[in-house]
Amino acid sequence: MQPASIIRTGRAEFLAGVRAELPLLLGVVPFGAAYGATAVDSGLSSGLAQSMSFIIFGGASQFVAVELFAASVPGIVVALTVALVNLRHLLYSASLAPHVAHLPPRWRWFLAYLLTDEAYAVGITRYRDGTDAPGKHWYLLGAGCALWASWQVSTGVGVFAGAVVPDSWSLDFALPLTFIALLVPALTGRGALAAAVVAGAVAVAAHGWPYGTWLITAALAGIVAGMAAERTATERAREAA
Amino acid sequence: MTLWLVVAGAGVLTYGIRLSMLVFVSHDALPDAARNALRFVTPAILCAIILPNVLYLGDDDTLSAGIGNERLIAAVAAAAVSLIGRNVWLTIGTGMGVLWVLQWAT
Repeated sequence: MQPASIIRTGRAEFLAGVRAELPLLLGVVPFGAAYGATAVDSGLSSGLAQSMSFIIFGGASQFVAVELFAASVPGIVVALTVALVNLRHLLYSASLAPHVAHLPPRWRWFLAYLLTDEAYAVGITRYRDGTDAPGKHWYLLGAGCALWASWQVSTGVGVFAGAVVPDSWSLDFALPLTFIALLVPALTGRGALAAAVVAGAVAVAAHGWPYGTWLITAALAGIVAGMAAERTATERAREAA
Repeated sequence: MTLWLVVAGAGVLTYGIRLSMLVFVSHDALPDAARNALRFVTPAILCAIILPNVLYLGDDDTLSAGIGNERLIAAVAAAAVSLIGRNVWLTIGTGMGVLWVLQWAT
């Protein structure tokens, strides 16, 4: 990413976080517009469709909610299903916790609100870049705010104007591509590699499972595999010594 | 009205999940093994999002792992560029470029 030593002020970190989030927005904006359009087409009021982006702020889970509303599923089931789809954010919360533990509560409350796939992926990369810059929470804040603002605006565009970007442009593909660019540098060591390979394989195998259960299962399987691979490597090194 | 209550409930639950380890539970309370495990969250979740996205195609979600999968070829090209250059925009540019060329050519 950026050469970290030259980034010092909170403002500079914030702007660097916004810049790092930009590639993801290529995919997020059409997704937000598609959500807004789908929600209104399914019979939700435009006020509710837009408010969901503000209140829930989680793309995939909002799509699921719209689907379940349209199917007249009981409200309690809808709310719990949304939570299930977003359960993986627990892992993000735990993973970020040591990095933000020193911040005042108001910071942690606000960063938690912004904690999505896209903000986490960018923010954690900054925390793991090996530098000890003190203002990295500003970077996460910048990434989160850039995502939040574009999600609200693109939802609004979808609600009031429909899906504006044709599917044939395949802009949704910018999301996995950005994740590839974030994944490759994170593959340091045997444990991380095993975590990625096993999580990927489980995700493909369990893809048909409902409501994001495939994703959280894959993530947990990958984490276990990473720990096992690292332990094997450590034991082997100990035996060799 | 009920719909609004449901959305509010879903929002509170989602926010609670995000707040959980940042505010409600102290990181120090976790056993060492759990803290250690968290280092693998990033590679695991990223790969778990990427692979199905690239391998399952179309509205009916058909698994396609062959040479005919344009997204797969574009993703492999992007990964190769990322491995060499570590540049996010170059990676995305390569992936989108390859995908568009393949879609245009077929």
